[in-house]
Amino acid sequence: MSLNPLAPINVRFAGLGGTGVIKASDIFADVVFRLGHTVKKAEVHGMSQRGGSVQSDVRFGPEVHSPMIPDGACDFLVVLEPSQVEVVREGLRSGGVLLTPADIDVARLPTAKALNVALLGRLSRQFDFPEQNWRDSLRTHFAEKLHAANDKAFSLGRSV
Amino acid sequence: MHPSQDSSGRLLLSGNEAVALAALHCGVALGTGYPGTPSTEILEGFGALGGKAQWSPNEKVAAEVALGAAFARARVICTMKHVGLNVAADVLFTMTYSGVDGGYVLIVADDPGMASSQNEQDSRRYAEAAAAPMFEPADSQEAYDLLRTAFEVSERWHLPVLFRLTTRVCHSKSPVTPRFPVGVAPGETGAPTPEFIRNIAGRVMVPGHAKPAHKRLRAKLADLQAWNEAEGPNRVERRSAVLGVITGGISYHHVREAAPDASILKLGLSYPLPMKTLRDFAASVERCVVIEENDPWLATACRAAGLTVESKDDAIFRFGELNVDRVRRILAHDSSPEPMPPRGKPPELCAGCPHRSSFEVLKELDCIVSGDIGCYTLAALPPIAAMDMMIDMGAAVGMGLGLRHVLPRDQAKHVVSVIGDSTFLHGGLPGLVEMAYNPPATGHVLVILDNGTTAMTGQQEHPGTGRQLDGAATYQVSYEAMARAAGVKNVVTLNPIREKARFKELLAEALRKDELTVFIARSPCILAAGRIVAWQKELKAKEAAAASECGPDCTCGNAPGGAEEDGLEGNCRAASPDAAAGLDRAGCGDPAPQC
Repeated sequence: MSLNPLAPINVRFAGLGGTGVIKASDIFADVVFRLGHTVKKAEVHGMSQRGGSVQSDVRFGPEVHSPMIPDGACDFLVVLEPSQVEVVREGLRSGGVLLTPADIDVARLPTAKALNVALLGRLSRQFDFPEQNWRDSLRTHFAEKLHAANDKAFSLGRSV
Repeated sequence: MHPSQDSSGRLLLSGNEAVALAALHCGVALGTGYPGTPSTEILEGFGALGGKAQWSPNEKVAAEVALGAAFARARVICTMKHVGLNVAADVLFTMTYSGVDGGYVLIVADDPGMASSQNEQDSRRYAEAAAAPMFEPADSQEAYDLLRTAFEVSERWHLPVLFRLTTRVCHSKSPVTPRFPVGVAPGETGAPTPEFIRNIAGRVMVPGHAKPAHKRLRAKLADLQAWNEAEGPNRVERRSAVLGVITGGISYHHVREAAPDASILKLGLSYPLPMKTLRDFAASVERCVVIEENDPWLATACRAAGLTVESKDDAIFRFGELNVDRVRRILAHDSSPEPMPPRGKPPELCAGCPHRSSFEVLKELDCIVSGDIGCYTLAALPPIAAMDMMIDMGAAVGMGLGLRHVLPRDQAKHVVSVIGDSTFLHGGLPGLVEMAYNPPATGHVLVILDNGTTAMTGQQEHPGTGRQLDGAATYQVSYEAMARAAGVKNVVTLNPIREKARFKELLAEALRKDELTVFIARSPCILAAGRIVAWQKELKAKEAAAASECGPDCTCGNAPGGAEEDGLEGNCRAASPDAAAGLDRAGCGDPAPQC
């Protein structure tokens, strides 16, 4: 991924307040942390929850210093809201992977709110982490009544 | 809090969560504070972990409650955002003189870059000005570890200490290896048992006591500085002999990434500064650079001590938070224009938010709006653009009165003060008293936007919600009774959504009169409405059991509140016969729809 074997993997989640950006980044950070990586995660709360632009950075690897991804250094950029794709695209490094709602067959989502989980499913294809780790983490982050829908959404993204 | 845990027992925690856990493990007897981004989750987390945590009406009261507990030898934390320390500054500047008997850590969260604040003031200046030791953790692990050190310092020198976080430390998550709670580890004793020991000369800060207290304070700081030199939580990392960086807080991590070969002096206790350590470090490298967010406080202190250090170009880097790219620029003396961050979508009031309705009314009546701090400040932005000023918590009332006092009559008649419920109780209450004490010739109109929660910071409880931090029922203050007790004749409660036309009509009438009017625009925050309604139902069920205690005029079937014995109107939820009259109503607090 990078010339420096110690350099962290940089994953940014972006969207608007209320679209599940923070939740998606929490789940992703949980998955990599439980696998034994050093993880740092940065985001800004406050005004962002009123429908404004939201970003959450997750960095992991053997050594992570700043919790914030430097300019143009995202290895993966997961955008949950179509209107934000062009706004945040410049954060992606050349050769980095951009995932957007266009990568998901949204008509098949069990509920529109599960788009973040479907994109996590899509992101999961980029890593060789055991699938069960993702599914376990999903369960700890949602109420039981949402488990079935999220499992389905995750499968939808992962099977793309 | 259900944090991620890895197989080696490490937890993935935000800085705020780490402080909450540390407070629990330190045996903190009481946590107080007022919500404020980015500090809010500390007290909530401490409460969720089982600690005794409570929101106060404002930071000053929170700091005073904590001080009383610390006078009784208890271990306490008090949390607030940077501007909250302005409110609590009065306590701070003299409690360093008196000192404390129990450990007192005042946690203050700065917001460089103003992610959700009205300024980017630097709390390090408070440490120096008030002579309070200041700790500055760089990440969650340090936040956890340094809180314990902060208590050790506070209890050893009998001083309240400041614990400065910044937005990125508060809200970034990183791994934390927790230690044993105090009293559990071998050789450690638990937190002290509270007890009152009289010390009039030490705690009554009249000049005769305060003069020697000031000298004691300076002697303590000199002693603490010597300790900080010898064994303080500072660290020298030797790498390059060419480039050395003096830094602390989150900037440390940016420096490690931007200049991996640089030697670093990382400060953990930044006041009183370990000047000899700084001098030795600066002399040990060819080029010494101070990297700090906000004010050039550290660089100035170094230079005042005669050290040769470089610092950031304050024409550029004093503004906003630092990051890896900016630190690279500082180290490279690159003051060229920075790339503009992409323009994201600004936040806005939620669809269905009662504030939308209220501000539509204010706009339709062409009001000059003296505003305040909360979600409703978003009404200053287009397309609503119906708030004319916002400075600090509670200022809506005073600024509105000032406008009324001096503006020509035709303009003065349009001035309205608008403030949220939590903000009113925080800082607006003295303004209400001023309003009746020095009424402008044209009268005045104050609108309290009561959405039943501290919405902006994530729906915290406050004295107007009738619930404590953990949701437990408590006395619910009545804005209506407060306004009348202050001397305001006209008090109107209405629902700004369901009674929008009435609101407009009555506001227009109030603006015409040369009298004082307080409106309580009451409709729950739509994000909190479900919780509020469920709680109200529960309360109603409880009150129904005591329905027979209601007064003869009551039509609601609910029990009167506990203040009735005091001659106040208490919590009776009946709409009085005067309610329909709107202005001049003398009924009790809540609007008819709840009855």
